[in-house]
Amino acid sequence: MSATTASAAPAGRTGGLAALLVLADGRLPAGGHAHSGGAEAAVKAGRITDGRTLEEFCRGRLHTAGLAAAALAAAAAAGLDPLALDDAADARTPAPALRATARRLGRQLMRAARATWPSDALDALAAARPRGAHQPVVLGLTARSAGLGPLDAAYAAVYESVSGPASAAVRLLSLDPFDATAVLARLAPAMDAVAERAADAARRAGVEGPDALPACSAPLLDITAELHASWPVRLFAS
Amino acid sequence: MTTALAPAGHGLLAAARVVAAADGRGGTALPVLDGGGPFALRRLRSAGHEARVCLVGAMSAPLGGDALALSADVGDGAALHFSTTAATIALPGRTGAPATYDVRIRVGDGAVLRWLPEPLISARGGELRMTTVVELAPTARLVFREEQILGRAGEPPGRLTARLTVRRDGRSLYDQELSYGPGVPGWDGGAVLGGHRAAGQLLVVDPAFAARPPEARALGPTAVVAPLAGPAVVVSAVARDGLELRTLLENGRSGVDFGIQHDTDIAVQQ
Repeated sequence: MSATTASAAPAGRTGGLAALLVLADGRLPAGGHAHSGGAEAAVKAGRITDGRTLEEFCRGRLHTAGLAAAALAAAAAAGLDPLALDDAADARTPAPALRATARRLGRQLMRAARATWPSDALDALAAARPRGAHQPVVLGLTARSAGLGPLDAAYAAVYESVSGPASAAVRLLSLDPFDATAVLARLAPAMDAVAERAADAARRAGVEGPDALPACSAPLLDITAELHASWPVRLFAS
Repeated sequence: MTTALAPAGHGLLAAARVVAAADGRGGTALPVLDGGGPFALRRLRSAGHEARVCLVGAMSAPLGGDALALSADVGDGAALHFSTTAATIALPGRTGAPATYDVRIRVGDGAVLRWLPEPLISARGGELRMTTVVELAPTARLVFREEQILGRAGEPPGRLTARLTVRRDGRSLYDQELSYGPGVPGWDGGAVLGGHRAAGQLLVVDPAFAARPPEARALGPTAVVAPLAGPAVVVSAVARDGLELRTLLENGRSGVDFGIQHDTDIAVQQ
């Protein structure tokens, strides 16, 4: 994003970069803070114990679920049919607990988005999926309503895919918040690369259809999401 | 059948094809059973309505640079069981080029396919891209197993990317790509494999699940049975090794498979 100026906005963007900051802000009231992105289950299983293991967890999540979500968001921001993307998201989310989470978060983001950047496209998706569309699809359509482009939407999804687990790890492990932020900073070049790949994939999907979107997956995220959903007591919803 | 040595710098090009068709007498015929190079296909003794085909590893493949293709077409009303005699081992080639392995499967209306090969082993230094596309008619049934073992005993794995896309009535039902090994970011971290060396999935598609969807259930700390957003269920597992993986997948399968006898070691008649 460093090369972006007002006179040379990236393809597809009609609004300003500030809208992206509002959309990607963790304080956007869309419910994301209640979810750990699989970090709570990984901490319990001893797979995240410190900054190093948090970084490996986040790196894996970024290149799997993060890339898949970012590509869906970029495709929605590019104007592809959100209902076809919602079906593509279902096929890429084999764990029922994660489908339920994605739809719950999609519904919550939809409420925030319609209040913040109202548009006919958001109203139409809300009407077609009253119980919530997959969150990355809603995120992409929200970006579009905010005048942002596909790469911007991909950035928002990519950042969210690692910032959630990193901030959850601070609470779950009493990890030093500076260490958690340093993890995110070290992942920044990888986030740039994944956002670019997601935007490229969305361009291809515009020609070839949603099957061209990446379907990268992480077995432990899927398996442990199901197990986590059945815990009687947990700090995070997912 | 096509088997050829590709131009210099490339490896082997080989393809195999199976066509199963209802024979009109309640059984299944195999009008095409065609393979070359590393693919030798054998017909096994049928089990009732079901024709059985086994792929016998005739040579070491895929090596880096090889391009392998396998297709199976199960016609309306036919029933096919597919197995392999041994694990497929992805080994390095001479050029450092990746190998590709493309599997294309079509299952017609009222047809049944049980696709139960032995595991794929990603050996040290190997690089394989495997792509599997399954097209199901609306009333087709499927049992599909895929197991990946990362490295032979005690060795680090090669690089493996495997995408499995299952479409039913033209719509994506399941689409997952797994990437492991050197150069894949975060593959052995706590989100992806977390130190496990075997991963697998067993997918069961049955239109009857639309009325009676199977329930999600845990098979242990690293395996679950998960209903999909359609009449299908997947057993997903990671494990220390291939044996533990197979046990987990079979445990999950026992509750959701649609009958017919258990699949275990059936002698190959060569």
